[in-house]
Amino acid sequence: MQKNKNINAAAVRSAGTGFLLPVMVLAGVLFLWWMISYTNFFPAYALPSPLAVLTAFKEELLSGRLLSDIVASLWRVAVGFVISSALGISIGLWLGQHLYARQAFLPMLNFFRFLSPLAWIPFAILWFHIGDKPAIFLIFMAVFFPLVLATMAAVATIPSIYFRVAKDYHYSGIELLTKVTFPSVLPQLITALRVSYGIAWVVIVAAEMVGCQDGLGYGIWEARNGLRLDSAVCYMIVIGLLGMGIDRLLSQLTKLPNVRWGYER
Amino acid sequence: MQKVSHSYGTVAVLNDMNLEVKQGEVVVLVGPSGCGKTTILNLLSGYITPVEGTIQRNGIIRTVYQQDGLFPWLTVSENILMGLRKTAEDNQQKKELGELIELIHLEGFEDHYPHQLSGGMRQRVELARVLSGESDILLMDEPFSALDYQTRLRMRQELVRLLKQRPRTVVFVTHDIEEAAQLADRVLVLSNRPATVCRELQIEAPKPRDLTSNAVIEAMKAVLQELGLQT
Repeated sequence: MQKNKNINAAAVRSAGTGFLLPVMVLAGVLFLWWMISYTNFFPAYALPSPLAVLTAFKEELLSGRLLSDIVASLWRVAVGFVISSALGISIGLWLGQHLYARQAFLPMLNFFRFLSPLAWIPFAILWFHIGDKPAIFLIFMAVFFPLVLATMAAVATIPSIYFRVAKDYHYSGIELLTKVTFPSVLPQLITALRVSYGIAWVVIVAAEMVGCQDGLGYGIWEARNGLRLDSAVCYMIVIGLLGMGIDRLLSQLTKLPNVRWGYER
Repeated sequence: MQKVSHSYGTVAVLNDMNLEVKQGEVVVLVGPSGCGKTTILNLLSGYITPVEGTIQRNGIIRTVYQQDGLFPWLTVSENILMGLRKTAEDNQQKKELGELIELIHLEGFEDHYPHQLSGGMRQRVELARVLSGESDILLMDEPFSALDYQTRLRMRQELVRLLKQRPRTVVFVTHDIEEAAQLADRVLVLSNRPATVCRELQIEAPKPRDLTSNAVIEAMKAVLQELGLQT
């Protein structure tokens, strides 16, 4: 009983500090920011004060621009991410199971993985002009290759014992794929999805700076052109917070009961 | 298994091995490590095909592995249900599943995942899975060697009890001589590579056998002598 009490107390304490410590760091960073802008270390147009950013935030929110930019960016990332993960995971599963195909494609896949997706910007604009399409294309180029490689590596390292057991119980063909291969790589796949979503969210900002007329990246570009860095910082904060929020959502996938084994061993 | 030879590259693992296992018989293979015991099981299960000779099997074969043979993404129930996949009716499946869970004394753990169970419990689930449905022949590849000593002793009793209720033909590979003496109808002592049977030992005593019973001690003596570990 006493022991239980101690454990509970410890849990409550750690939940408390888990909330309190990050808030303290945040307050510290805000204070530092305010200090630097207050002492005019940089001129006011080059470093907006926290208050100026808050005002800009209110302005952008009321004009409705911020909201429509958020929707535009989320939509592009979602479409690009869904297309590239559907294709990337299927191709990765296939490559993982075929040694020769793996040998044939691995160098090419690696090449494209190390090629920054931003290098495709000129082509994206020439091929898809301005709008959603070039941004989606760039997201695809950013996410597809790492995801194929991660899936492939995960499949290639499935313990052979699972396939032996599957053979004992007469799993074959599509059933083997969906009931053995896929669930055995699912924990690693979820991790890979989180990582590649992170890449996608970084790339969308750059993609929208050049290929779009709206979106969070375009918002920053616009603010720069108008020397409204208060608005730019406001967009930066929104981008960071949204990225964190969506990663939090994706991390919920790791709580599914049939993937827990992949994180607890 | 007739005149079976097998080799990996230039390493001859088996030489002219003949082995016949009668229906319902429990045959235990013991021998020095690396002598090709696991290769014999792989040949029997059909996982590898022999370089020479033929292997005939009558019935459905399932294997119990040393560890981690359960699918970690399936619950205890779902893992056992794998063996009942060919049982058409849902009701029949449910009934059978209930019986098996009861048989291995894991009531209340149906919805647990393997990583939430102890090693001994996991191996019991494996036993339930291979015994489910229409299996005929069980191959066991050191199924208890990853367990601690006491759990191992208990699992031997458990296996004897389960086989009493659901008789199967068993080929059991182990390096544990106690295990062989307690479980086997027939012990085959294997030589070093390439493996040949250097001693065949029938043990008639009824099961379950106590570890310290005369029959078990006699059998252990004979096997130890054969392996050159006792004079």
